[in-house]
Amino acid sequence: MSDPNVLKILQDAGIDVLSCMQCGTCSGSCPSGHYTILNTRRLVRKARKNKDMLHDDDLWMCATCYNCQERCPRGIKIVDAILSIRTIAVHEGIMLPEHRAVSQFMLEYGHAVPINDATKVMREGLGLELLPETVHKYPDALEDVKTLLRSCEFDKLVKD
Amino acid sequence: MTKLSLFLGCIIPNRYPGIEKATKLCFEKLNIDCSDLSGASCCPAPGVFRSFDKPTWLAIASRNIALSEEMGRDVLTICNGCYGSLSDANHELKEDAELKKSTNIHLGKIDKEYKGTVDVRHIVEFLYDEFGPEKIKEMIVNPLNLRVALHYGCHLVKPSADRQLGSVERPTFFDELIEATGAESVNYPDKMACCGAGGGVRSALRNKSLEMVNHKLSIIQHAGVDCIVNACPFCHLQLDGGQAEIKEKLGLEYNIPVLHYTQLLGLALGFSPEELGIDLNVIKNDEFLGKMKEIRQE
Repeated sequence: MSDPNVLKILQDAGIDVLSCMQCGTCSGSCPSGHYTILNTRRLVRKARKNKDMLHDDDLWMCATCYNCQERCPRGIKIVDAILSIRTIAVHEGIMLPEHRAVSQFMLEYGHAVPINDATKVMREGLGLELLPETVHKYPDALEDVKTLLRSCEFDKLVKD
Repeated sequence: MTKLSLFLGCIIPNRYPGIEKATKLCFEKLNIDCSDLSGASCCPAPGVFRSFDKPTWLAIASRNIALSEEMGRDVLTICNGCYGSLSDANHELKEDAELKKSTNIHLGKIDKEYKGTVDVRHIVEFLYDEFGPEKIKEMIVNPLNLRVALHYGCHLVKPSADRQLGSVERPTFFDELIEATGAESVNYPDKMACCGAGGGVRSALRNKSLEMVNHKLSIIQHAGVDCIVNACPFCHLQLDGGQAEIKEKLGLEYNIPVLHYTQLLGLALGFSPEELGIDLNVIKNDEFLGKMKEIRQE
C-alpha cells in the first residue's frame, strides 16, 4: 500500500477512481501520451490499487488539457486526481528542479515569470510604463504576497 | 455594461507587452470600462502552484480577486491560465464556506478579505457575451482578408463543469469572433489539441513539450493560413517562441505569425501592427506585415 494513502485522499476529495473500468479513453485522448511515456489509464489503475506512485516520472508529463476528464465515460475527475497526487508528492519533498525554480521566482518577485531588460525596452517602445501595474511596481503589494506565501508555509515547501 | 479590472498576469506584461497594449487600445475603441488592477501578482500559475499546494493557490488567487472586489469590478483575464486559476478558485471559494474561512485567515494577515462578490471573466467569453459577433462586426474599419488558424487553448473551455461555454469538442464562439473581423477561421485537424505548454510541462520537459507544439504547427502549416490566433499568452509563447526553438533543435522552419485575439481585433479596428506590438513577436514575418499594410491602405 502506498504511504501516504493516495487512494483515501482521492476518495475523500470526491475523486472516485474505483469506478474506473480501464477502457483506455483517457490514454487514447492524451496529447502528451503520444510523445511521452505518460499512460493515463495505468496511472488511474495504480491509484485504484493504491500502489506507490509518488516517484513516477509520468506524473509530471500531464499538460492538464483535461481531455481525459471531459471524455471519461465514468465521469472520473482524472486531471484533478493527477494534480492531487502531485500535491502529495510535493509534500513528500518530490518535485522537479525547474518547478522549484519557478516557485522561487514567485517567492522573490510575486511573478512566476518576472520582467527582464528586453521586455522593458519593448514596453518603452510601445509607450507603456517600464514596470507594469503589478507587484513589480508596488513594493508594499509584493510584501503582502510574500506574507501570504509565508503564512501558507510555501517558502518551506519549496526551499532547496 | 459590466465594469472590469484588467488582470495582467505574468507573461503578457513581462514577455509580450504588445498584448497588453493591444488590449488597452481595443477597450478604448470599444468603450469598455476597464481599470488597472494595481498591485496584482501571478494568478498563481495553475500548472505549478495549484498542483503544489491548494492553500497557497487559494490564498494568492483570492488576494487578486479581493483587490478587484474592493473596486467593485469583475476581474478580466486575457490569459487562459489566469482565467482557469482565478475562475476555478473563485468558484471553489464561493461554494465552500469552510475553504473561504480558512483562506481568509491567511488574508487577514495582510488586512484583506475575500467576500465572493465578483466574477472572473475571460476576454473572449466577455466579448462574445456582452458584444457578440454582430456588434463587433459593425465596429470594424479594416475588414481582414486573412485565413486564420484559431487555437482555443485548453483552459478557455475546460474543465467544462466550471465553464458555461457550450461544446468542448467543437466550440464555435471564438470562431465567430474571428470571423467578425472579416477573417476566415479555417478548420484543421486536431484544432482543439493542446499546445503542450501547460501543467508545468514546458518548464520542466521542454523537448517533449516542443514535440507536441511541432505536431500542431505542422498541421497548421499544411492547412495554409496567414496567421495563428489565440487568447492565451502561454499558448502564444509556445506557438511563437516554440517555432524558434523547433528550428534550432529539429531544423524545421514554419515562420507562421502568432497573434493574440486583441491584436487581430486591433488590426480590424484600424491600428497598425507596430502599435499592437505584433512586430515584437519572436517570429517576424515580413509577408504578413506587408499584407497588413495593404489592408490598411485599401
